[in-house]
Amino acid sequence: MSQQQENETDKLLRSEVRVVNIGLREFARDLSSCKIPVVHVDWSPPAVTNPKIASLLAKLGG
Amino acid sequence: MAEPSLSEKITAANAEAHRRLLGGEPVLVDVKLAREAIPKLADRTVLHAGPPIGWSRMCGPMRGAVAGAIVFEGWARNLAEAEKLAASGEIRFEPNHHYNGVGPMTGITTRNMAVLVVENRAFGNRAFCTVNEGMGNVMRFGGNDQEVVDRLKWIAGTAGPALGAAVRNRKGIPLKNIIARGLSMGDEMHMRNTACSSLIVRELAADLAETAPKELPRILRFISGNDMFFLNVVMAMAKSIAMAAHGIEHSTVVTTMCRNGTDFGIRVSSTGDTWFTGPAQMARGLLFAGFTEADGNVDIGDSCITETVGLGGFAMAAAPAVVGFVGAGTLNDAINYTKSMTEITVGPNPEWTLPTVSMMGVPTGIDIRKVVSSGLLPVINTAIANKLPGRGQIGAGVVTPPMVCFEQALMKFGEMNGAL
Amino acid sequence: MPAVVNRIRRTFYMDSVALMRISRAVSSLAGVETAALMIGSTTNKKLMRDAGLLNADSDSAGANDLIIAVRAGDEAAAGEAIKEAEKLLDAPAVSGGGANEWNPKTLATALQQLPGANLALISVPGEFAAAEARRALNSGLHVMMFSDNVPVEDEVALKREAKQRGLLMMGPDCGTAIIGGAPLAFANVVPRGKIGIVAASGTGLQEISTLVARNGQGISHAIGVGGRDLKEAVGGITTLMGIDALDRDPGTEQIVLISKPPEPSIAKAVLERVGKSKKKFAICFIGVEDMQVPANASLSADLRTTAESALGGKKIAWAGAAPSAADLAGRVERGRNKIQGLFSGGTMCAEAQVFFKRANVPVASNVPIPGVKKPAAASADAHVLLDLGDDEYTVGRPHPMIDPTLRNQMLGEALKDGKTAVILIDVVLGYGANADPAGELIAQLPAAKDRKALLIASVCGTEEDPQGYSRQAQALKDAGVVVAPSNAHAAEFAIAVQRQLSA
Repeated sequence: MSQQQENETDKLLRSEVRVVNIGLREFARDLSSCKIPVVHVDWSPPAVTNPKIASLLAKLGG
Repeated sequence: MAEPSLSEKITAANAEAHRRLLGGEPVLVDVKLAREAIPKLADRTVLHAGPPIGWSRMCGPMRGAVAGAIVFEGWARNLAEAEKLAASGEIRFEPNHHYNGVGPMTGITTRNMAVLVVENRAFGNRAFCTVNEGMGNVMRFGGNDQEVVDRLKWIAGTAGPALGAAVRNRKGIPLKNIIARGLSMGDEMHMRNTACSSLIVRELAADLAETAPKELPRILRFISGNDMFFLNVVMAMAKSIAMAAHGIEHSTVVTTMCRNGTDFGIRVSSTGDTWFTGPAQMARGLLFAGFTEADGNVDIGDSCITETVGLGGFAMAAAPAVVGFVGAGTLNDAINYTKSMTEITVGPNPEWTLPTVSMMGVPTGIDIRKVVSSGLLPVINTAIANKLPGRGQIGAGVVTPPMVCFEQALMKFGEMNGAL
Repeated sequence: MPAVVNRIRRTFYMDSVALMRISRAVSSLAGVETAALMIGSTTNKKLMRDAGLLNADSDSAGANDLIIAVRAGDEAAAGEAIKEAEKLLDAPAVSGGGANEWNPKTLATALQQLPGANLALISVPGEFAAAEARRALNSGLHVMMFSDNVPVEDEVALKREAKQRGLLMMGPDCGTAIIGGAPLAFANVVPRGKIGIVAASGTGLQEISTLVARNGQGISHAIGVGGRDLKEAVGGITTLMGIDALDRDPGTEQIVLISKPPEPSIAKAVLERVGKSKKKFAICFIGVEDMQVPANASLSADLRTTAESALGGKKIAWAGAAPSAADLAGRVERGRNKIQGLFSGGTMCAEAQVFFKRANVPVASNVPIPGVKKPAAASADAHVLLDLGDDEYTVGRPHPMIDPTLRNQMLGEALKDGKTAVILIDVVLGYGANADPAGELIAQLPAAKDRKALLIASVCGTEEDPQGYSRQAQALKDAGVVVAPSNAHAAEFAIAVQRQLSA
């Protein structure tokens, strides 16, 4: 599966990790204390419980 | 080249809607009688705030206002006759929005009332709103006695024409810059219009002195004594901006939000004239002395056209004073409200920036997909009216539309685009 | 008789909203019927009069003055309320605290906040994790998924999607990774170096990376792949991508692979890929002593040997003289001769079993390696090594690395049970772990002289970890706990001590 040009994973390994943390807040705090760029997402379960609407949203890119 | 997916089409359409919302050039061009500004507005037609509604479902303040307007127009001799006429089916009731207009609270507009005329010079369309009557016993809150009718007659016959002449003398007053300045002076343009009301007086004073010298003292007192004078101007402005973004195929951006004191209604750019309605909610906030929640009317008015274009609740970070009505009442809360609106909008408006949020532009272009998927509803700053007609405002607070409006709109969009 | 009291403050202005908030607070005081603070404009006075709040004292109040009006059950209550109103009026303004910092609620808004974000770290409940990962991959981010209880079908779909986009999908059930020196989730602070790791085991990654660090070298990157990656259903997708990436990484000279024994077809595919590389590989399939591997690879059943391979053959040893098993056996109460393992890391527990098997010492475990039975099915003389992070112990309970309650309880029971002679413990440091694991442990122990069993611990950590390796190790030693230089050493020493007891 190797390619000649640099792929996305190669890029990740040679760049600074910049994290979007979704879930446990402690992980974001730990990353901050290591001076790693991180934004914490205040996640909550999906607002949509109606499966018809959920699947419509998925089709509409929402 | 592969056909773009529906999702890609929506993204492109919403980008266009956002571009149009930002690209408006709203100018206050005139103040004149509704029958001249809106030729289609016929006799025995009463325009009201919010989505379509019949007499039997109207709330107390709106019925009071309708009766007052019928007397004002001379279609009945007194309020009792006016109510009979209203119930008879002989009066045609339609939303302001069907005539490119808006009106605050009860929002009643009829042929012989004066309306502000705003033209969006970038797109050539015009929008209308009545002139703000002031506070207390006014038709906006359902007032309908002689004082209210006389005042409307004075506005239509004297103040309106004078303002119109002054505005025409200036060849129109561009409005975007006034908004920008107001945002840095503590206004959010829905609940708080103090700064902009002062700015517009400065714009008009000299021209008023030239075109209406005899009436000047009374007109200036009338405008100057009213912190909410500019609300009606900004509403017409917002309507003229939002109209330009309507009718874009595949766009899920909201172009109308309004309430009639019973229902909340929205319309969306690509779904034509279809209204999506649900029950209007009770605002939550602070009440004036002696009032309780039980005294309040349910959410009413076209004024959330301001939120539709990124102002009002969306610009709450500009108006810390307003935040006292919600939550803990700190600037942080106001900023958080504005920031949370970024979750449901297409993008910021770089011309209307918020000094308290590092000059972030107001979040603009509500996307119904994002509202439904995030569960976050647009936040609207609003006055709370007394549910008894003609008693005025009893407080102010924050309110949201019912989610069902956005879900219905999404389903309709899905149906129209073969995604259901 | 209700009392109405008015107080006027001349030429006093305060924002009407601030006044309304004070009014609301005063209205809710004991004995107060209603209260209002308003500027004395005509409109406001009418409002207050209509509410029965005004008396003659306010007649002279004008639009520049503030009226404080209270109607209460009696004069005393009204007086108190007025006092409170004045206090609130004079109180300094509430500072707009940064306490409620705004966080975005969706990935889309988060990406606006952090342009150039390249990794999503996902730790939401398992049933929602796949949808979040999908969104992240669609936005071009690599994903590390800490969440477990994700259906394997979702894992496969996500890993295929990620592979197509050239993105790394680490997990589900991936608790540890170190990318470019950045510790992610439960990871240690390890110096940068030339050894790369691809691991289907979090604590295995932690043990090897910290052994490397404590023995003078460093890690280029440590890629976690999730516990199920090397099952046939998943096909080793992330493992193979990880090998590719480290193979191409100029900063990596050697690669360590850590996993439970993979299913045969996957082992074959992975070893084939290993063989194609020009770099040296040290492979640990826990418990597998014998397997044909390519010429550029070495295989070991235990983590210590693998680490030593990666270190170029350097032996990992006790600092200074090794302790005497005979001496320490003397500390154990007569009649006790069982070893109990209370592990928070599953791979540590597995590695310990390897040493018991090699020494032909009967052993059982709730997470048995091949050839070992579960406790219920094992012989009575089997020593029991437990992984307390396994599902049966973590239902409704946080993982033992976060919450030591269960382990503390079982430790206490073992010390009192009259049978346990040696207790094997892993003390895991690093981000995500307890702030003071050694301290937590020591607090559970009776004084060394009263302790009836011997504790043998290994500390999985580095100096740079927030807890500090030396500080933790010294605290344990001072409390009479034997601190071994690796989990493997701890297991070997436990066996040695136990032999002394049976002798």
